[in-house]
Amino acid sequence: MQYLEFEKPLAEIEGKANELRAMATANQEMDVKAEAAALDKKASELLTDLYKDLSAWRKCQVARHPDRPHCKDYIDALFTEYTPLAGDRNFADDHAVMGGIARLDDRPVVVIGQEKGSDTKTRIERNFGMARPEGYRKAIRLMELADKFNMPVVTLVDTPGAYPGKGAEERGQSEAIARSTQKCLQLGVPLVSVIIGEGGSGGAVAFATANKLAMLEHSVYSVISPEGCASILWKDAEKMREAAEALRLTAQDLKKLGVIDHIIKEPLGGAQRDREAAIASVGKTVSTLLGEMDGMDRSALIQQRRKKFLEMGSKSLA
Amino acid sequence: MNWISNYVRPKINSLFSRREVPENLWRKCDECGTMLFHRELTDNLNVCTSCGHHMAITPRERFDNLFDGGIFTEVKVKAPVADPLQFKDQKKYPDRMKAAQKNTGEAEAMLVAEGQMGGTPIVAAAQDFSFMGGSMGMYVGNAIVAAAERAVELGRPLILFSAAGGARMQEGILSLMQMPRSTVAVEMLKEAGLPYIVVLTHPTTGGVTASYAMLGDVQIAEPNALICFAGPRVIEQTIREKLPEGFQRAEYLLDHGMLDRVTARTEMRDELITIIRMLMGQPPAIKGELPAPAEPAPAEEPADKA
Repeated sequence: MQYLEFEKPLAEIEGKANELRAMATANQEMDVKAEAAALDKKASELLTDLYKDLSAWRKCQVARHPDRPHCKDYIDALFTEYTPLAGDRNFADDHAVMGGIARLDDRPVVVIGQEKGSDTKTRIERNFGMARPEGYRKAIRLMELADKFNMPVVTLVDTPGAYPGKGAEERGQSEAIARSTQKCLQLGVPLVSVIIGEGGSGGAVAFATANKLAMLEHSVYSVISPEGCASILWKDAEKMREAAEALRLTAQDLKKLGVIDHIIKEPLGGAQRDREAAIASVGKTVSTLLGEMDGMDRSALIQQRRKKFLEMGSKSLA
Repeated sequence: MNWISNYVRPKINSLFSRREVPENLWRKCDECGTMLFHRELTDNLNVCTSCGHHMAITPRERFDNLFDGGIFTEVKVKAPVADPLQFKDQKKYPDRMKAAQKNTGEAEAMLVAEGQMGGTPIVAAAQDFSFMGGSMGMYVGNAIVAAAERAVELGRPLILFSAAGGARMQEGILSLMQMPRSTVAVEMLKEAGLPYIVVLTHPTTGGVTASYAMLGDVQIAEPNALICFAGPRVIEQTIREKLPEGFQRAEYLLDHGMLDRVTARTEMRDELITIIRMLMGQPPAIKGELPAPAEPAPAEEPADKA
């Protein structure tokens, strides 16, 4: 379990409790039960307190937590018969984007998501979840498959953003993102999207232009990273706390703005503290949101999506 | 010291200096350094007469030249909620807006107009880089939607001139939402079977490139325009190596298959007329300067009522 910077006091208490228990195991005569229970209580109170009202910047940190469940974890746990499909039929297979056909509650669906990787090796392999044009083109191909065979599409968004590299630019990063967003809008099948961690700018939009968009309670969705925004508008990347606040990138603010449809509650202390519970909640929400669109025909689905985006912006936080 | 030097000379001097003389009669080309006479430069659409460098041009100046006789009618754009996020960095967003409006004399970063170009009815939209870097916020999104709706209503093609540093950060997520929103506008044109031509001008970057600016039926760029998703500085920081000469410039993109054409601003109008008339199944245009249409364009009824 990795602790975030603002969780340091918690790390201390939980550390002490663990130490006590370890000592008790080594020395049978010691009775630490009462003391350990008191520490546990203190830790749990502190945890509740810390997570009660997380600032925008802290939410960014939680959203990026290395132990937070990633796309692959959700796919493994929620879907059956997952059959990965690879490649953009043009240049390469982008490992930052995973996807394929699978069953959700026995129903065949297409699932696509960005995967950040869970250790050094897989992080490099997955390019930290930053897709290149091939990734978006793979997603387009999978969405077309879904559209043809009338399968709903589920996308799981978790990316710092599209990869800013030389090759990515040369192979049309902008065009690939634009076409992927366009494909989302053209689908005659339901598209449900969940932001499970970071929804980084255009790289996220390309997947999240959905009929229904849900966000985990402590995930973020933003036009630019707080660090990037701070270095441009404040001319100081260290002002990321202020920038995070100003950007209104939390699930709670985005719900008020009408940008997202649903907030998925996370276990106390964030999805990383109880991964199974977080994954199960996401699964439940995806099933519910897909169920809401049962019986809608192709044109109704397309129109609903369009109307939603055309009307966006009528709500403000003013 | 006498009466003449103490009183008359200063008086005469002040009289002369107060005369209405435009300050920038001459402008230096940013590229080759040649001093260019302002009238000559304007006549050449802000393209350096010496080296062909394309300097910035405002939407209004562009439309003055694009539409026959410089006559066009602005298409009304719905005003969005002002400062929806109550955004504040070192300055308040409304203050930044006011400053931009004062500097440019425009309401926002995009101008939409309808009129005729070489006798061909069109709707055109142009982004204004001088207005907060042409940044895409709610207004720009509304402008693109309004342009597409008007084009569909009149059965006309849409020509869009892009120029932007990207999304408008002060509108946060709502600026990001203009990517799908503007794409809905592109879809409307597609469904109506109407041409959507994008002219990418310097610079077109970020979320703008990654949405409506890359979805044209025909993609034309002005020479040497910077066109990219991530800017060269960001990429150099990421990959820590020097980028090749001309990287992300119009000609480089053309070489990499990302554009249909690179066309000089001075040739653009004729080329657009030629392309649009073919795509619209109209007879070839009579080339050259045409007089302004007798009646200003807006009186025209939608095609389906005819």
